Order: sequence, then C-alpha cells, then structure tokens
Amino acid sequence: MSAIRVPVVEKILSANDRMAAQNRQKLDQENLLAINLMASPGAGKTSFILETIKRVQPFYSVGVIEGDTAPVTIDADKVSATGMPAVQINTGGDCHLEASMVSDGIDQLPLSKMDLLIIENVGNLICPAAWDLGTHLNILVASIPEGDDKPYKYPNIYRGLQVLIINKTDLLPYINFNMDYFRKGVEMLNPGLVTFPVSCRTGEGFESWIEWLTQSIAAKKKS
Amino acid sequence: MHELSVTENVLEIALKHAESSKAIKVLRVNLVIGQLSSIIDDSVQFYWDSITEGTLCENSALTFRRLPAIFQCLNCGSQFTLSEELTTCPQCKGNKTQMMSGDEFYVDSIEIEKEE
Repeated sequence: MSAIRVPVVEKILSANDRMAAQNRQKLDQENLLAINLMASPGAGKTSFILETIKRVQPFYSVGVIEGDTAPVTIDADKVSATGMPAVQINTGGDCHLEASMVSDGIDQLPLSKMDLLIIENVGNLICPAAWDLGTHLNILVASIPEGDDKPYKYPNIYRGLQVLIINKTDLLPYINFNMDYFRKGVEMLNPGLVTFPVSCRTGEGFESWIEWLTQSIAAKKKS
Repeated sequence: MHELSVTENVLEIALKHAESSKAIKVLRVNLVIGQLSSIIDDSVQFYWDSITEGTLCENSALTFRRLPAIFQCLNCGSQFTLSEELTTCPQCKGNKTQMMSGDEFYVDSIEIEKEE
C-alpha cells in the first residue's frame, strides 16, 4: 500500500457551472436576455418584476421563473395575472436556486416567443451569490428599510452584480439611511456599478431603468 | 445554508478523481476556501462524515485551507488584506478597489491509497 497525492484543482460548484453554461447557450439561441433577480426577503422583488412587466409589456414579451423555498404560488399567480407566462420552482427548503432547477423552468417556458426572462431567486443575500444560473445579468434589489450597511455585511452578492436597484426610495424621509455610506460600500465592491434608485409604490425612477432595460433587450435581440 | 449541496459536490469530485486514479481508498480531501466564500467548516464536516458512508471516501479526513481576502486599491495600487469589515484603502483611503483573492472555492487535491 502507498499513499499518493492526486492533484484535482476543480471548482466545487463546477457541475452547476456546466449546467449554467448549457442554460446560457439555450437562451442565447433564442437571443433572449435573462436576468437573475436577487434580494433579501421583502425587498420588493415581485413588486419590481410586476412594475417592470407593466412598462415593458407593450413592446416586449416577458417570461418569469419564480423560485420559492415553500410550495406556494403567490408570486407566480401575480405574474400570471399580467398575462405573461410564469413557472414556479419550489426549492424544497433550499436557500437558493441552482442551474439545474432553472433548466427545468426554462424547458416549461415558450422561449421562442419571449424577449426577456426574469428569474426571481429565493429571498436571501448569501447563498444565491454562489450559484451561476446561466443568466446574462445578476441584478440585486436592495431596499431602503434594510439599512445602509448591507454592502458591508454581504459583500459577495454585491461583487457579482451587473445592475443594482435601490427600491423603496419613497421611504427615505422616514428612515435613517445614509445613501453616501451605502454607495461607498457598493463602490468598494463593484466600482462603477449601474444603479437605479426606484420606488415600486410611486413609480419614481422606473423610466431610467426601463430605458436601460429595453436597450439591453434590443441589443440582445440583434446579437 | 447550502452546506449539504456543497458537500455533495465535493464528494462527487473526489470520487471521480479517486476512481480515475484507481484508488482503493481515499485518505484525505484537501479544499481551498477563500475568506469571502460563505461556508461553515463544521457543517461541511458533519455532512461529509454522513454522506461518505459506504463510498471510497468513508472515514477520510477533510481539510480546509482558508485563503485571506486581498484587495488592491485602484487609486494608489497598494494591496491590503481584509480583516473583518470592508474598509477603504488603509494607505490613501481610496474606495475604488479590486479583489485579488478571497473567493476561492475548489478541491485542491485528494490523497489516496492504491494497490501496490
């Protein structure tokens, strides 16, 4: 008998990364822009999706994958009510979506008729950051009531973002939220990150976001 | 937390490499984990002991080499190690930084026994 060291150097989540690459390929074939939408519970992910659908709907077709830890269809029902296709994925208690779950979800959606896919991840600022789903954009919905220290406490999720939404700006007069401190933390982790302060309740800030989004969808369709 | 699915992934990788190396037993699996990769060692160890039962990895040791998070300041170029909380550059107080290391998350190597 002899003990031998075998070099491996393989990413622990490499199986997920491979599946994510397959998802991305499928979406690219349809020239479909896909968003992985992350946030803590209660930040307003579903409200943000609904408001985005309402404003994009006249020009583009949107499909939604709703990830939830519990077998409830509250969010998917709200999306279905807009007339856009929605698929519910129950993670069975898991804290995040994985690429394999998203693969099942996209197989149930009419991809060829869609221009935009929004995947609502499980409400959580830690775990979703580690799993690539095969989307093109990682977007975080931060919200004013969560506090201005979140970039400092959850650095990983901020590092992997392409877009940051700061929701519930209508509550700024009522909450002790230091925007400069918040933005300084974000800047340290992700310099120059594209950021849109919005309020899903008043609609404030949505015009800039929708303009950016529709340009991104159009660019993807031409690719 | 997602330690169980992380541990299952580690086992899958370890077994794949053990089998292709024709191991009769895995003695140790060496992981490299950056400071910013959020997993709890004790929890992974707990799942490891349980899910390796009846596999080539049964009773193998699991080691975690933790790497610090190192940032480089994009203003003055100096590098600094992150302690607890996110900070501006200690040299120039610049807040534009780039992470150089700290998010590593991989199986580095396995130690196996083979028939002579």
